[in-house]
Amino acid sequence: MSALLQVSDVHIAYGKVEAVRGVSLEVGDNEIVTIIGANGAGKTTLLNAIMGVLPLKGLTAFAGADMALLDIEDRVAAGLSLVPEHRELFATMNVEDNLQLGAFRTAKAAVAQSFERVYTLFPRLKERRKQLAGTLSGGEQQMLAMGRALMGAPRLLMLDEPSLGLAPIIVADIFRTIGELRAAGVSVLLVEQNAQAALKIADRAYVMELGEFVLSGPASEIATNQRVAASYLGFAREGESAI
Amino acid sequence: MNTTIMLFLIQDGITNGAIYALLGLALVLVFAVTRVILIPQGEFVTYGALSYAMLATGNVPGTVWLAVAMGVVACGLDLFAMRRALHVKKIGRTVAINIALPLAILALTYSLASAKTPIAVNLVLALLIVATIGLSLYRIAFQPLAHTSVLVLLIASVGCHLALQGLGLVFFGAEGLRGPALSTAAFTVGPLRFTGQNIAVYGVTIAFMVALWLFFGTTLMGKALRATAINRLGARLVGIRTTLSGQIAFLLAAVIGAISGILIVPITTLYYDTGFLIGLKGFIAAIIGGLVSYPLTAVAALIVGTVEAFSSFYASNFKEVIVFFLIIPVLVLRSLAAPEVEEEKD
Repeated sequence: MSALLQVSDVHIAYGKVEAVRGVSLEVGDNEIVTIIGANGAGKTTLLNAIMGVLPLKGLTAFAGADMALLDIEDRVAAGLSLVPEHRELFATMNVEDNLQLGAFRTAKAAVAQSFERVYTLFPRLKERRKQLAGTLSGGEQQMLAMGRALMGAPRLLMLDEPSLGLAPIIVADIFRTIGELRAAGVSVLLVEQNAQAALKIADRAYVMELGEFVLSGPASEIATNQRVAASYLGFAREGESAI
Repeated sequence: MNTTIMLFLIQDGITNGAIYALLGLALVLVFAVTRVILIPQGEFVTYGALSYAMLATGNVPGTVWLAVAMGVVACGLDLFAMRRALHVKKIGRTVAINIALPLAILALTYSLASAKTPIAVNLVLALLIVATIGLSLYRIAFQPLAHTSVLVLLIASVGCHLALQGLGLVFFGAEGLRGPALSTAAFTVGPLRFTGQNIAVYGVTIAFMVALWLFFGTTLMGKALRATAINRLGARLVGIRTTLSGQIAFLLAAVIGAISGILIVPITTLYYDTGFLIGLKGFIAAIIGGLVSYPLTAVAALIVGTVEAFSSFYASNFKEVIVFFLIIPVLVLRSLAAPEVEEEKD
């Protein structure tokens, strides 16, 4: 079985500083995979490089095809989509236009259906469809960023810190939606600092520290791992936290 | 001052201002989408105007050959860029746009060139020639630099201006040319006399503004161009090619420049280097609009045109000085209003 996304022995450097060292990961069809880790571990760097925003050394393949020669736009057309940490919305355009541009690479006939799907997932966006993206609340902007990515009908959605800076109730909402995506046939690669929430919905997880994966396995196992519990879930009792 | 003179000057100012408005809008468009300050905009004006004027006398302007030569270079760059992943479809596309199209225009120009060719045909030919030059110019000079800073792009822009101006001297000679008016109709309202050319200037300017407004407001491609201007990375992440946006921006700028030139060449004699000054006045309007606002740019262009008309009447020696002096208070005000300039991040 070949995975939907395959990343082998990837190195990413900013100048002379290697931010990601020899990382390999896989995401299968209909799978939610999460990468957890502390700030600065290299998670965002890794996602950006998989999308083609940053150059990398190593092998990346999507749906069995090597991606080395593809630029960002080709990867989007192939069904890979990234919701970046800073969301990168079109702030002075309204919600509807943002979503419409999300379907820039898809066939016109499918656009109406995509709109319906996104508005069903995020009814708030439908209410706000004539509002400028820059005037939305943080949670609504995150919904719009995800909605815009879904308009392109991706096979794999990569989410970079979707919970960042959002109220807990909205975070719960966003994570519930991520869970629903699997039912719709979209695989998800989720990068999160909120490890607890991420591990709850994910099938598998990778733990990243200082540019390397130190642990990987089924999410349920990772969630009960002593070391992970200590550093990311905040369950550790005094004296047990040494790694 | 008597009212009649004032009305004359205002009419003159608005006619010039309409042209500056067109050019200013093109500059804002190109800057927003590609971050290029398009100094060679003036060359699009001269190339359009003088190609049209030469075609009207039955000669073939050298610009058609330039279009072919630039197309060949652009195609070569395209092929070199895709050397590691050659697709028949992509090769066919670049050959069609960069080589077949200019060659077709070349053949068309040679077969149609005669003193008896209708004005409309000459106009379309001149537009096509400049449009292909604009497209290739982006591919050759700016697409490889797309990721660099505004300053680097500006330097490249100045280089393009100098090169194109020099070539203009080769193609058109040092003598000025005038072209035939688009329409010889004329009528008078009170003391003012409106020629068909005046009306064409107003009509084309308004038509272009409405068309641009519709293009950016309602079409997917127009929205994609705006999206590129608002957030480059965001646009790439939904699959909008910034190179395609850049090509469209340059294509529009070239067509707008050429049409401006064709509109003024029946009114004033144009030389190979006149375009630069005309372009600069559009630039002043664009700066007053902060290089972002289309409506402000259009209004500023009308003010620039009017100030120019009045100063050429009262102090014609200082005409240009007064017009360009307009930019100083504007820059001072702008720098006071926005003391913090965000650095380019990409």
